[in-house]
Amino acid sequence: MMIAKNIDKRFISILEQVSDPEIPVLSIIDMGVVRSAVIVNDIVKVEITPTYSGCPAMDVIGDDIQKALKDAGYNSEIDLILHPAWTTDWITLRGRKALEDYGIAAPLDAEADKDVLLNQKRLVKCPQCKSTNTKLVSQFGSTACKAQFQCEDCQEPFDYFKCLK
Amino acid sequence: MKNEKLYNYILGIADNNLILGQRLGELCGHGPNLETDIACTNISLDLLGQVRSFYQYATKVEGQDKTEDDVAMLRTEREYLNVLLVEQPNTDFAYTIARQFLFDVYHLLFLQELQKSNDFTLVAIANKSIKEVSYHLRFSSDWIKRLGDGTQTSHQKIQQAIDDLWTYTDELFHQTETDKIMVEHGIGVDVTKLRDTYYVQVGEVLAEATLQVPESKYFQKGGKHGIHTEHLGYLLSDLQYMQRTYPNMKW
Repeated sequence: MMIAKNIDKRFISILEQVSDPEIPVLSIIDMGVVRSAVIVNDIVKVEITPTYSGCPAMDVIGDDIQKALKDAGYNSEIDLILHPAWTTDWITLRGRKALEDYGIAAPLDAEADKDVLLNQKRLVKCPQCKSTNTKLVSQFGSTACKAQFQCEDCQEPFDYFKCLK
Repeated sequence: MKNEKLYNYILGIADNNLILGQRLGELCGHGPNLETDIACTNISLDLLGQVRSFYQYATKVEGQDKTEDDVAMLRTEREYLNVLLVEQPNTDFAYTIARQFLFDVYHLLFLQELQKSNDFTLVAIANKSIKEVSYHLRFSSDWIKRLGDGTQTSHQKIQQAIDDLWTYTDELFHQTETDKIMVEHGIGVDVTKLRDTYYVQVGEVLAEATLQVPESKYFQKGGKHGIHTEHLGYLLSDLQYMQRTYPNMKW
């Protein structure tokens, strides 16, 4: 997945310093929540979109973006947009890798995700030992975007980032 | 005039989310086990997130100085327009699940229709919410089947909850004057058209769960006009406590 087109190149590296407070290894660029960042009349207008409606991280992310841009010498305005709705397809490849390294299994495609969450199929790869002998513990997890799993080989519990389309 | 109607129409949708979200939030730390506790509070969070988008839009439409918090926290009982179903208490886990399931089926059908509205903001909120609500419906349907097709006790309890809450289902399809006007403007959803599909879908899950569809044709309504069951007052006193005790407080 590519980074959204409407992000002015000079802001990418600044915005990459901002991460989701719940998943500090994942920058908001790799998360796909930044939909545009353009400069209008000397103010950087940044559009972000929530992963889930009730995601409490959005306010913090908005503040962090303004701070990062301020440190780089820019004033900014944050706009929260709902359309088009965020999907897990917007997480970049680098983002998926960062999730795995952090111990969160990255989202499967929609079909496989359904099989896993509804039919208890064993397709999610354990981020620790890479086994797919994993079972669903709960459809809901520590944040709205995750479900809880356990690896039956190494016994480690872990989060799975649910597919959202 | 049109703005006032639209404002009320948005509240009619959003208040269901707020009140059900509050009910589910009551389970935080009180769920029957850790996983369902987390599930109920996650669903609550989704509903409250959606309600923020609706209330933000409502205050914009109204064009006065109100904030989303004023709308959520500072109305009186008669000014809440949620359906009676969502304010019913968490009598036991069976009631929580039955209430959730009976609402989720409706909620998903409603949002699918709202996606066709000619109001761009409502469509955007519907598009966002629908993904979350499909997940809620999976969760509640799953539990209906597990409890219905579980032990004798779980079967009896979930049947009882469905029987008791059934009386609040018909109100979901009751059309208010505001609803009618919004349908005429191409903004609102004609809820009367959802009724048949709703009862078919509910019936399918109940059948799979080896549960009986209640035969009673006696239905309660009033919530959409602000006439509530006694439970709402208690819920609001909890919900509004902080704002009433410390006016204008902020996090």
